[in-house]
Amino acid sequence: MSAIGLKLSMPQKKRKSRHVLPGFRLSLGFTLFYLASLVLVPLLALVIRPMELGPFGFWSVISTPRVLASLRLSFGVALAAAVVDSVFGLIIAWVLVRYRFPGKGLLDAVIDLPFALPTAVAGIALSALYAPNGWIGSLLIGYGIRIAYTPWGVLVAMVFISLPFTVRTVQPVMSELGLEVEEASATLGATRLQTIARVVMPMLAPAVLTGMAMAFARAAGEYGSIIFIAGNIPAVSEIAPLLIITKLEQYDYAGAAAIGVVMLAASFVMLLALNGLQSWAAKRR
Amino acid sequence: MTKRFSKPTEDPLWLKLLLGAVAISFIGVLLLLPLALVFTEALAKGLVTFWYAMIEPDSLAAVRLSLIAAGIAVPLNTVFGVAAAWCIAKFDFTGKTFLVTLIDLPFSVSPVVAGLIYVLVFGMQGWFGPWLADHDIHILFALPGIVLATIFVTFPFVARELIPLMVDQGRDEEEAAATLGATGLQTFLRVTLPNIKWGLLYGVLLCNARALGEFGAVSVVSGHIRGVTNTMPLHVQLLYDNYDYAGAFAVAALLAMLALVTLALKTLLEWRYADELAASHRH
Repeated sequence: MSAIGLKLSMPQKKRKSRHVLPGFRLSLGFTLFYLASLVLVPLLALVIRPMELGPFGFWSVISTPRVLASLRLSFGVALAAAVVDSVFGLIIAWVLVRYRFPGKGLLDAVIDLPFALPTAVAGIALSALYAPNGWIGSLLIGYGIRIAYTPWGVLVAMVFISLPFTVRTVQPVMSELGLEVEEASATLGATRLQTIARVVMPMLAPAVLTGMAMAFARAAGEYGSIIFIAGNIPAVSEIAPLLIITKLEQYDYAGAAAIGVVMLAASFVMLLALNGLQSWAAKRR
Repeated sequence: MTKRFSKPTEDPLWLKLLLGAVAISFIGVLLLLPLALVFTEALAKGLVTFWYAMIEPDSLAAVRLSLIAAGIAVPLNTVFGVAAAWCIAKFDFTGKTFLVTLIDLPFSVSPVVAGLIYVLVFGMQGWFGPWLADHDIHILFALPGIVLATIFVTFPFVARELIPLMVDQGRDEEEAAATLGATGLQTFLRVTLPNIKWGLLYGVLLCNARALGEFGAVSVVSGHIRGVTNTMPLHVQLLYDNYDYAGAFAVAALLAMLALVTLALKTLLEWRYADELAASHRH
């Protein structure tokens, strides 16, 4: 994404009259047609649908305690998961970039597992693992800690699903850092901690924030890996996407669309924030 | 003060061990343990049970449906990705950055919302629902709806792989070919395609993995008719909800194998053909 943004924002030679290469109209026409018919028009249906409720009707759907609780759970826990993933993502990226050890390539490849593993598979595996009789759940139950079928289960699933985003956005920036600035900082008398805090971290900050935003967006919309472990207790561990499905099953299309619009609006805000972050990062480079 | 002869950029050994242990145990517990559990549970009742769960007719029907849906969605998104990358990388026009943002949009939409939008368009209370019902055309709770939902969630995969790659490669080679008299198709097949083939394969690989594994979006439009509109991931859910854990984990193990093969091929491409992939995947 950053690569695209960078390239496109660069001034390019204007070719005023005719294109040398063929296929411009055909490829752009097909692209726009495909995009409009499969993505934009259906999304328009989502935005238009809640309008039949009117502003007050829309608000009364959104402001019921059950809907508010599900939105708070989806977005609140997604934020917590994004923070957890950013901290561990930073550590994992540091270990992968700076240290040499056997099996490093394998560890690096495994990071992408949550991208590749179908969410339903992750869901039943996490649920079985953290259930009171599962491998991890049975260890924790002795201390009175329950993960599965509580909001903590939602957190575990979201941390699982979003980890690659934080590692994969920080890792390339970290490996391009170069040791010169750190050496310069040490030569000028900074302690290692000062170098990390005042030289390395500020340079990584845009990438960390970008990764955090992507992790948050993915976690907030996630469904498959969560519903098995969450227990789905209304107003306690019921996520917003599940409530959309519940409303659809009750043929409450407008109500489902209202929650869908709130989630879509949130992802738009995240997309804008990400673009802003990337242009900020590009300027600093 | 202790003596410090080590390089200032090198972490002390205790810190290396500490951070290494944190990273490895986090990945081990969070990522590898669930994977190990899938295979352990799948084989818990022996290979024979595993095999019978696999060849059970509803499981086979789910595998078939998943393959058909991916078989339609992935080629369509591949053609779209090539077309989008061609016009974005090889030509200048206003609104290009906006177009790239729109292509990325499906990635930031919740899978459930992705399914919901097609229900609002084709459902009984949707825009075309009554008309479709009058003409006996089934889109929701049938293959077309599953394909549409799959296309939406895998929409940007090929495009976002090819766009940065083709922008990087520029347009000199194609312009040279065109100047020398090659037709558009010849230019694409003999000049562009050899340059982008590994990037294209990389995008198709990820697109295919997501298409076969998609759950949320397909769950909304499928109708969950056992043996008819259940894809592999939906079949996993059905078996799990019916307390058929051996069956659920058997199908899940098949999907996990697929994920591992995808990861292995992806890593291989990143190592072997790093120069021919988009810059973000180079190691």
